[in-house]
Amino acid sequence: MSMHGPIATHRSASGVPTGRLATWWLLASEIFIFGGLVACFLLFKLGGTPGFEDASLTSVTAGAVNTFVLLTSSLSIVLAHAAIEKGDQKKSFTYIWYTIGAGLVFLGIKTYEYTGKILDGHTITENIFWSFYYTMTGLHALHVIGGMVIMALISFDIRKGYNYQRVELIGIYWHFVDLVWIFLFPILYIANF
Amino acid sequence: MSEAYGHPNYVKIWFLLVVLLLISVAGPMLEIPVLTLITAFGIAVLKAFLVAANFMHLKFEKRIISFLLILALCLLGVFFFGVAPDIMMTDGDQWIDCIADKSCVEQRL
Repeated sequence: MSMHGPIATHRSASGVPTGRLATWWLLASEIFIFGGLVACFLLFKLGGTPGFEDASLTSVTAGAVNTFVLLTSSLSIVLAHAAIEKGDQKKSFTYIWYTIGAGLVFLGIKTYEYTGKILDGHTITENIFWSFYYTMTGLHALHVIGGMVIMALISFDIRKGYNYQRVELIGIYWHFVDLVWIFLFPILYIANF
Repeated sequence: MSEAYGHPNYVKIWFLLVVLLLISVAGPMLEIPVLTLITAFGIAVLKAFLVAANFMHLKFEKRIISFLLILALCLLGVFFFGVAPDIMMTDGDQWIDCIADKSCVEQRL
């Protein structure tokens, strides 16, 4: 392990490099943000609050395609990490931009879904289901946008030949965004229990 | 660079995730509620495990990270059971159903 470069790459009092440890701490805090919303969603639903039957109005196809897109983007960002570990800047740069492209496709499909639902009159204030739907998917979409912006910045760094370790860190974040969607998909789209 | 991991076969894991996605979408088509719950949430947990272990490299990571995540999930459990009575119990003199009675929301704004 090299002792050159940013302190985040080599200081590891816990045995985990500081940058990676910080990323995991961030994700631990994100568990409360999304987990809190999912917990309240389930409690209201199990409590028999009216409105949750509207879950049948969401598009399973759109949700499934978006799940496929995010799973594929997770593959491309982990391949970017594997490539940069071998020092292949060009390949890593390309994979990062595939991931950003997948993020754009995800947001495009989400926009299409939002537009259709809003035009049908299903707005955030209609009932508790749509309040949760727009809050959870909207917050998730903000995380997707944030991840895409950071990835773009990192891609230019690695093309210049520095901060390679950040590919792994943004990758861990991006997989978490994928993980959140893995749970949002069944509760908002397919499990109309 | 930070220390390198071994890399599993990512394409194989991605393929497995896609197969699980297809099963979770097909589950509700059988219209058996229990099966839908199993295929929806059971498969979500399985997919999450595959992503965390392989793509996030949790299976190669130091144990302290797993402990950190388990601690976060336990605290989330405390939150869940702490909030549950407030959401699910409707007894008590001061309890107002603001979802059924929208005027109570307007009063509080």
